[in-house]
Amino acid sequence: MRRKISIILTILMIGMLGVIVSGLTFGEPGEHPMDRYFIENSQIESGANNVVTAVLFDYRGFDTLGEAAVLFTAALGATLVLRKRRED
Amino acid sequence: MQMSSIVKTTADILFPFILIYGLYIIIHGHLTPGGGFQGGAILASGVLLLLLAYRYTESTKIVRQVVMKSFESTGLLLFIIAALSAMVIGAGFFFNWLSPGGFIFGDVVAYGSAVANLNTGGLIPMMNIAVGLEVVGAISVILLALLSGIKEKI
Repeated sequence: MRRKISIILTILMIGMLGVIVSGLTFGEPGEHPMDRYFIENSQIESGANNVVTAVLFDYRGFDTLGEAAVLFTAALGATLVLRKRRED
Repeated sequence: MQMSSIVKTTADILFPFILIYGLYIIIHGHLTPGGGFQGGAILASGVLLLLLAYRYTESTKIVRQVVMKSFESTGLLLFIIAALSAMVIGAGFFFNWLSPGGFIFGDVVAYGSAVANLNTGGLIPMMNIAVGLEVVGAISVILLALLSGIKEKI
């Protein structure tokens, strides 16, 4: 009984997901004014030829700072969990 | 377990090339695809190659955990200092004050699709180097911590 209910529920949820996903439009993101702005002005404003790097380190520097802090914390946690313990 | 001499020789030959490629990706981060994160990951893959080819006790003589920890801390500190250094001239946090006319990386960038000049970008190449140091340190520390638990038969 439980098995049948779980199978029916799974099919129902997959069907709901399919209905929701089929209504979305993929591959055609809407135009945003910032798209053109980054391509046209990032070279002059930041002095870097690579637009991705200009966004990563200039326009969104705080994001990169957070990423670096996350990586630092990950290494700290790994060494803390996997440190050598005294056997007693 | 001891790896065969084929693996060891291949690792010995490939390791300097991986280092050079990673450094290239980091230093040219503001000109070509790539940057600090990607180049640091490539450098850490070279460290992983050494760790896999040799025994843990042998490879930690070359790649020491203390050195990697100091790389990690130095990279994050350099990144924050580079971001703070804009406050010296009275600009905001993360302002790229070196970009036109700084003492280093200070050339004016040629607009459009021109020949790339390494001496441009201001603070961006410095931050790339700092992030590259931090990433290679962090990933190597994680790898060393994970691989330290392996019991090896000699």
